[in-house]
Amino acid sequence: MSSFLIPVILVVAIGFVAAAVLAFASKVFAIEVDQTQVDIRAVLPGANCGGCGFAGCDDYASALASDHTTPCTRCVVGGAAVAEQIANILGVSAGAEEKEVAVVMCNGTSAAAKKLADYEDFKTCKAAKSICGGNKICQYGCLGLGDCNAACQFDAIHVRDGVAWVDRSKCTSCGACVRACPNHLIRLAPEKNLVFVRCSNKDKARDAMQACKNACIGCKKCENTCKFDAVHVTDNLSFIDPAKCKNCGMCEKVCPTGNIINMRLVMKAAKDKKEGKVVPPAPKQEPAQQSAQA
Amino acid sequence: MLGNLVVIIISMVLVNNYPLAQFLGICPFLGVSKDLDSAKGMGWAVVFVMVVATAATWPLQQVLNHFGIGYLQTVVFILVIAFLVQLIEMFMKKSMPALYTALGVYLPLITTNCTVLGVCISNIDNNYGYIESLVNAFGAGLGYLFGMLLMAGVRTKLVDEENFPSPFRGFPIVLVTAAIMSLGFMGFSGMFS
Repeated sequence: MSSFLIPVILVVAIGFVAAAVLAFASKVFAIEVDQTQVDIRAVLPGANCGGCGFAGCDDYASALASDHTTPCTRCVVGGAAVAEQIANILGVSAGAEEKEVAVVMCNGTSAAAKKLADYEDFKTCKAAKSICGGNKICQYGCLGLGDCNAACQFDAIHVRDGVAWVDRSKCTSCGACVRACPNHLIRLAPEKNLVFVRCSNKDKARDAMQACKNACIGCKKCENTCKFDAVHVTDNLSFIDPAKCKNCGMCEKVCPTGNIINMRLVMKAAKDKKEGKVVPPAPKQEPAQQSAQA
Repeated sequence: MLGNLVVIIISMVLVNNYPLAQFLGICPFLGVSKDLDSAKGMGWAVVFVMVVATAATWPLQQVLNHFGIGYLQTVVFILVIAFLVQLIEMFMKKSMPALYTALGVYLPLITTNCTVLGVCISNIDNNYGYIESLVNAFGAGLGYLFGMLLMAGVRTKLVDEENFPSPFRGFPIVLVTAAIMSLGFMGFSGMFS
């Protein structure tokens, strides 16, 4: 009897003493801990695996609570669910970055861009691209067959008048169209940037003009006009640095071919018409001149 | 006596090195050896916990022996070590924040580490006295620190993974490295007869 009792009593006694001392110690040695940190620690799995790059869950929680630049998606055990919970506690969205929208870098409308041939085959840009590089003379421009439209899950990009046009209110910056475009014409740009170059043609001025009336000819008027050092022409193509651009729209005013677009004016026009629908602006050329050419 | 203690330390650091010759504590040995700083912190934390754990478990074993229940060693040791480390962590957090930030974050990782339990049990198995046990634990901790530092030093040179065939990238190459280092440490065996 005693041979069985003594070990049991001894181990239980040690357990109780240890528990009592720890309970007492947690009161005596209690220190002020940031409540956010406690909350985050409660959400983390507690595996102490170190997969986040920190020394255990406690360390990661304290880093998150004290330094808000710590990414909340580091926990590999918890995955996206935990990241979202942490984000809720910290009061930031899991993707706290600046909102971006897709921008199409081509304005080669059916009126402006000259056709190479009539293309009657499979109605996808990829197929058209594989035959002589597309149906337009410009080898850089929008093929206008809507691969981006097919890729978009949000009905945010459509081909209008031969060129893809992004509905900025619907775009979620998922990047599906960016991957779909065989000519790599679509990029993601910060939503606050409203002025951008809609051309990707790197040919010299004469070739570019022959291919498309809306092409950038690399005249550098925009570069010389910009007061913020945001516009630069490289390889006969203008590019507006989104980080430096202040949306003043001066470059759009001086551009002789109309490849730069100022979305502020476009959106204002839509507002004035009270249709609420943002549509591409009319071509820059004088109507009389256009009819004469036609 | 003193010579004996020196022999114990050297034997624990080189001949019976825990991670590389006895293969104990491999998990943190591979996990926390990614850079020198964390390896150092972890190593010193192990030294500290080993000495404290030995200081507590050696007398406890005498109590267990007194009641004739030495077979409960494993259970009781785990319980006591986990309790002690938890207590020390609380104490450190409150009164020594600087030391806590250097060592404390590694403490929860080693509460139930096999190296710590291993050194406590090997003290008993070798019939060491109290002083010898403490020195043995200190030596074992130093050996662990030594192994960690070597491993971290090698691993910082392994960053450029492009040189390895793809099946070896990540942990496999680390295990191969550990095996080669272990072979080196095998060379010390038989140093003391």
